[in-house]
Amino acid sequence: MASEAQSEGLVFHPMDQFIVKPLFGGDAVGMVTITNVTLWMALTVLAVTAMFVLGTRGRAIVPTRAQSIAELGYGFVHKMVEDVAGKDALKFFPYIMTLFLFIVFSNFLGLIPSAFTTTSHIAVTAVMAMAVFITVTVVGFVKNGAGFLGLFWVSSAPLALRPVLAVIEVISYFVRPVSHSIRLAGNMMAGHAVIKVFAAFAPLILMSGIGVLVTPLSILAIVAMYGLEVLVSFIQAYVFTILTCVYLKDALHPHH
Amino acid sequence: MELAAAAALGKYIGAGLACMGMGGSAMGVGNVAGNFLAGALRNPSAAAGQTATLFIGIAFAEALGIFSFLVALLLMFAV
Repeated sequence: MASEAQSEGLVFHPMDQFIVKPLFGGDAVGMVTITNVTLWMALTVLAVTAMFVLGTRGRAIVPTRAQSIAELGYGFVHKMVEDVAGKDALKFFPYIMTLFLFIVFSNFLGLIPSAFTTTSHIAVTAVMAMAVFITVTVVGFVKNGAGFLGLFWVSSAPLALRPVLAVIEVISYFVRPVSHSIRLAGNMMAGHAVIKVFAAFAPLILMSGIGVLVTPLSILAIVAMYGLEVLVSFIQAYVFTILTCVYLKDALHPHH
Repeated sequence: MELAAAAALGKYIGAGLACMGMGGSAMGVGNVAGNFLAGALRNPSAAAGQTATLFIGIAFAEALGIFSFLVALLLMFAV
């Protein structure tokens, strides 16, 4: 970038933390290369397995700590699916629970310093959002046949307006996977990039006198942003899951 | 001014302009949360059932701010 040649101290690359690198040497990332993304996705799966499979292995009536957390998580998502999408959506509960757990654990693991957040890549979230979109559309057509198109025909509007509203509804239906994926990826990338930018200001005390003022403020800012990131990590996983439930409800009951 | 310098100038000015979109998103999120708070203080027992709607509303409003931040980041680091 042009700034590197002209500025003489503060050169930082906050987006370097999102680069996908092969784990075992080399530079080329092909189709089946083991990369740092692979490692962190594997760690996510291991963490989910450790908490849910190993934690509930005892099946105690009075639950242990891990079993209690696993039961709370299960009840939380189960209640969400049942309340938002209805009782007949419960056969999609395993899929929605998988989505929720993967995103939550992936977001939280990315908060470990020098870790990699797999959900900050649009490649990861776009696949999840496309899978949700295709699932919901196929389910809608299989269950309702051509009646699924009633989703776009707003019968509570005046007859003259309905074609216009139908076009708008179709466009907003196809924009759903776009916003679904970018919301998660953007939130994760933005949070981590801001933390990195504040972290770049933190060692300023070593470089110039103004650092005595800037360094404590930037460290406070890092702490505050980190707390916000913990909250956002959970909320974004919750929002992804509840929007999946809302789209599923639209597919199962497409009457306005 | 040669082309590379003009492109860099346009990039940085564009990134700064894109960040103005986040002000609108902040107003939107505050609007949603404030209206929820006003309604919840009027009818506290009905508020618990609507927290899901609150979070969905906040997420939709915030997403557009994230889109504008994404444009700024893309201009700064990926163009």
